[in-house]
Amino acid sequence: MKGGSGRRRTLPGFGLTMGLTLTWLSVIVLIPLAGLFLKSFELNFAQFLDIVISRRTLNALKISFGLAFLAALANLVMGSVIVWALVRYRFPGRRILDAIVDIPFALPTAVAGIALTTLFSQNGWLGAPLAELGVKVSFTPLGIFVAMVFIGIPFVVRTVQPVLIDLDPEIEEAAASLGASRWQTVWRVVLPSLLPALLTGFALAFARAVGEYGSVIFIAGNLPNVSEIAPLLIVIRLSEFRYADATAIAVVMLVVSFLVIFVINRLQRWARTQESAY
Amino acid sequence: MSIELKNIVKRFGAFSALNNVDLTIADGELLALLGPSGSGKTTLLRIIAGLDWPDSGSVSFDGENALARGAGERQVGFVFQHYALFRHMTVFENVAFGLRVQPRAIRKDEASIRARVKELLDLVQLDWLADRYPSQLSGGQRQRIALARALATEPRILLLDEPFGALDAKVRKELRRWLRSLHEEIHVTSVFVTHDQEEALEVANRVVVMDKGRIEQIGKPGEVYDSPATAFVHGFIGESIVLPVDIQDGVIRLGGTPLNIAAECGAAGPSKLFVRRHDMQISPPGWGGLEGTVRRVRSFGPIQRADIALSDGQGETIIEIDAPRDRELRSGEVVGLQPRRYRIFADRT
Amino acid sequence: MSEAAFTIPLDRTDARTEPRWVRGLLIGLCGLFLTVFIVLPLTIVFAEALARGGQAYLAALTEPEALSAIKLTLTVAAISVGLNLVFGLIAAWAVAKFEFPGKTLLITLIDLPFSVSPVISGLVFVLLFGGQGFLGPWLQDNDIQLLFALPGIALATTFVTFPFVSRALIPLMQEQGTAEEEAALSLGASGLQTFFRVTLPNIKWGLLYGVLLCNARAMGEFGAVSVVSGHIRGETNTMPLLVEILYNEYQFVAAFAVASLLALLALITLVAKTILEGQLDEGRQAREH
Repeated sequence: MKGGSGRRRTLPGFGLTMGLTLTWLSVIVLIPLAGLFLKSFELNFAQFLDIVISRRTLNALKISFGLAFLAALANLVMGSVIVWALVRYRFPGRRILDAIVDIPFALPTAVAGIALTTLFSQNGWLGAPLAELGVKVSFTPLGIFVAMVFIGIPFVVRTVQPVLIDLDPEIEEAAASLGASRWQTVWRVVLPSLLPALLTGFALAFARAVGEYGSVIFIAGNLPNVSEIAPLLIVIRLSEFRYADATAIAVVMLVVSFLVIFVINRLQRWARTQESAY
Repeated sequence: MSIELKNIVKRFGAFSALNNVDLTIADGELLALLGPSGSGKTTLLRIIAGLDWPDSGSVSFDGENALARGAGERQVGFVFQHYALFRHMTVFENVAFGLRVQPRAIRKDEASIRARVKELLDLVQLDWLADRYPSQLSGGQRQRIALARALATEPRILLLDEPFGALDAKVRKELRRWLRSLHEEIHVTSVFVTHDQEEALEVANRVVVMDKGRIEQIGKPGEVYDSPATAFVHGFIGESIVLPVDIQDGVIRLGGTPLNIAAECGAAGPSKLFVRRHDMQISPPGWGGLEGTVRRVRSFGPIQRADIALSDGQGETIIEIDAPRDRELRSGEVVGLQPRRYRIFADRT
Repeated sequence: MSEAAFTIPLDRTDARTEPRWVRGLLIGLCGLFLTVFIVLPLTIVFAEALARGGQAYLAALTEPEALSAIKLTLTVAAISVGLNLVFGLIAAWAVAKFEFPGKTLLITLIDLPFSVSPVISGLVFVLLFGGQGFLGPWLQDNDIQLLFALPGIALATTFVTFPFVSRALIPLMQEQGTAEEEAALSLGASGLQTFFRVTLPNIKWGLLYGVLLCNARAMGEFGAVSVVSGHIRGETNTMPLLVEILYNEYQFVAAFAVASLLALLALITLVAKTILEGQLDEGRQAREH
C-alpha cells in the first residue's frame, strides 16, 4: 500500500470530518449542480439543440466566449508586461501598483460595472476623448471587452508573478554566457519557463470572463444578437419563466467551464513535473 | 588564453566583496579559487565571465580589454553551481543552445550543429541521454551535460562555480578525476571555484587561497599545504593545532612555560603557533618542553587520535593529535609533546 | 594598451537587465494600464458619489431603502461566512491531515463554485426551490419561502463563497504537516484539545485571510443574488442590488454613494490582506529555519 493509507491513522477525526465535508459539499454544491443537469434531461436532444442553436442563444454564446477569449489574450500580454515590470524593476509607486492589481478581485462587480460605464460613457473621463477619436466603448461589444479585461487581469498577474520571482537567475546568466542576446534569452529561455503559469493564468481569466455578469451588464448595452452576453440571456429567460431555455444555456456554459478546469489541472501537473527533482 | 586581473574592487552595498585583487592566469592552466563562503571567490569568477562588473580595476584576456565585452561576447564557458540547465529543453537542445543562438552570419547549419553536439555528448560519455530532459538525469549527469553545453561554442576559457558542490561524496571523487583528464585532453584555460580544500589540492595545477575579498596565497597545491604564507591559510588548509604563544628574545612561551623550540627569525610578541596534527610528536615527559595528560584515545587504521590536556599553567587547553600506532597511548598517561614541523605567525587580533 | 581602453562601461551591470528604453517602456505600459483600468474606475466611484457634496451623499446613505440593504447585506454575510468558516475548518482538517484516494478530486469539487458563473449559481437554486423546481411544490404546500427571501439569498451566497476558507487553509495546513498534532496527542491531549490548542493557533492568520476574502465576496456578490432575490424593494435588496436599481433609475449620486461603501470595503479588505500576507510569510520563514 502506498503512503500512509494502509497504516492506522494517528490523528483523530478522519471519519467525522470527511463525513461532514462530503455531506456539506453535497448539500451546497453537488446536489444543486446535479439538479441543473437533471433539469436539462427533461428536454430531449432535439429540443436542447433547438434552444442552443437558436440565433439569439448562439449569438450570446459567441459574444461571451469570443470576447472572453480576446480579453484573456489581452490579459496575457498586458499581464506579462505588468508582472515583468513589478518583479524585475524598481521604480517609485511599484508597491502601490502591485497592491492595486487585486482590486478587481475585491471590488464588487456591480460597483466595477457602473464605474467602468461612467468612465467610458460618451461624456466620461475617458469616454469623451475616445469619442473625439470616433471610438465608442460604453454600450458596445468593446465595452464588454473592457469589463472582461478589468476582471481578468489579476488572474494572469497573480499566477505568473510567483513563478517569475522564483525563476533561477542562473538560467538567464547561462543563456547570456552562451552568447544569446537579451531578446533570445527572454524568448527562448524565460518565456518557455513561464509557459505553464501563463497558460494557467490565461485559462483562469477566460473562465472568469465567460461567466462574468455584474461588471459587464452595465457597460454592455445588452442589445440582443449584438451585445447580449450568455449569463444575461439566462437571467432574461428566467424572468420569462422559460426555465428550460435558461437551463440549456447554463449547461453549455458549465460544460465549457469544466473543460477549462480540466485543462488547468493538467497544466498545473505539467508545471509540477517540470519543477520536480530540480 | 591568458587572463590578467588588476586592482579588482567590488562592493555590494557596505559589503566589500573584492579588495584590490591582482591575479594572472597563464594559458592552459587549471586553477582553483579556494576559500570559505564570503571570501569573494565566486564574485571573482563571475567578473571574469562578465556576469558581474567590478567597481574598478581591469580584466584583460591575452592583453585585450575584456570589460568592453558582455558575457555573451567573451567566449567564456561557464558551468553554474546548480547547472542551470534549461528544463524545458532536452539534453541535446541544451547542448545545442549556444550554437543555435549564434549570429546568422557565423551560425552553423543543422547538420554541423548535430555533429558538434554528438561529439560533445561523446566527450562527456552521455550520448545515450540526448533525448532526455534535465529532470530525468542524476546530479552527476547534469553536471557533465552542463559542462558539455559550456564547451559547445569552443570557449577560450572555461569557468566552473563549485562544480562538485551539489554531488554526493562518491560521485564527486569520480568527477574530479574525470575533470582532470578532460582538461588534459582539451587543454583550455580553466578556473574553478571551491570551498573544499581536498578538491582544490587534488584537481588544480595552481591554487589561489582567498579570504575576505583578498588573495592570501597563490601556489602549487604542495606549496600552499606545506608552506602556508599566512595564519589564515594554515588554519584553512589541513587540520591544525593552534596555540597562543608569546615570544621574547627568541624564546617561545605557552602560558609562561618555555617550549624549547626555535623561534623563526624576527618574530616577537604575542603570536600563534601552528602545528599539523600529525606533526606533533610524542616524547617521554620531562624533555623540557610542552607536556600534557592523555584524556581519550581512538585508534583506527595506521594512526591513533588522542585528546591531550596541556599543562600550560592557566586553565586547560585540549588539543587533538594524530600519532603512529608504534606505541599505544593510554588515557591518564603524561606525555611530552614536540612539534616536528611548525609555523609561527604574529597574532594580528 | 592605453589606460582609457580599460574603463568600465557605465551601463554594464547585470546580464539580466534590458536596455534602458525597454525598461522605461514596460514600466510606462504597466503604470498606464493599471491607471486606466483600476485607479480611474476606483476614483470615479468616489468622485460621482460626492458630486453633489457631502450632504447629498449622507442623505443617500440614510434613506430607509439604503439602510435596509446594508442590514440585509450584513446579515447575509454573517450567515454565509459563519457557515463557510466552520465548513472550511472541517474540510481543511480532513484534506490536509490525512492521505486518501481521490484527494485531488475532492479539492477540485470544493473549488468548483469558483468556476461557475454567478448567474448559474443563482439558477441552480431557482431550479431546486422555484415554482417549477424539484422541491418547489412541496415547499409551497408547507408554506416555506426560501426563494425571493433571506434563506435563498444566504444559500446562493454560501455557494458562491464556498471555497474561500478551505482554499486558504489547505495548503497552509499541508505545509505544517502533522508532527505537532502527533506530539500533542502523545502527550495525552484529546482530539479537540489538540485542535484548539495546537492546530488553530498555527493557522490563525490563514483562517483570518480566508474569512476576509470570503466576507468581501459575500458582501459584494451580485449575479447569484440577483437571480434568487426577486428584487423586492426594502426587503430582498442587498447593497449591490440596490446599486443596480438606483443606477437604472438614474439616481447616480445615490447609486455611487452605496457603491462607495462597497468600494471602501474592497480597499479595507485589500489593506488587511496585505498585512495578513506579511504575517503568513513570517510564519513560513519561521518554519523554514
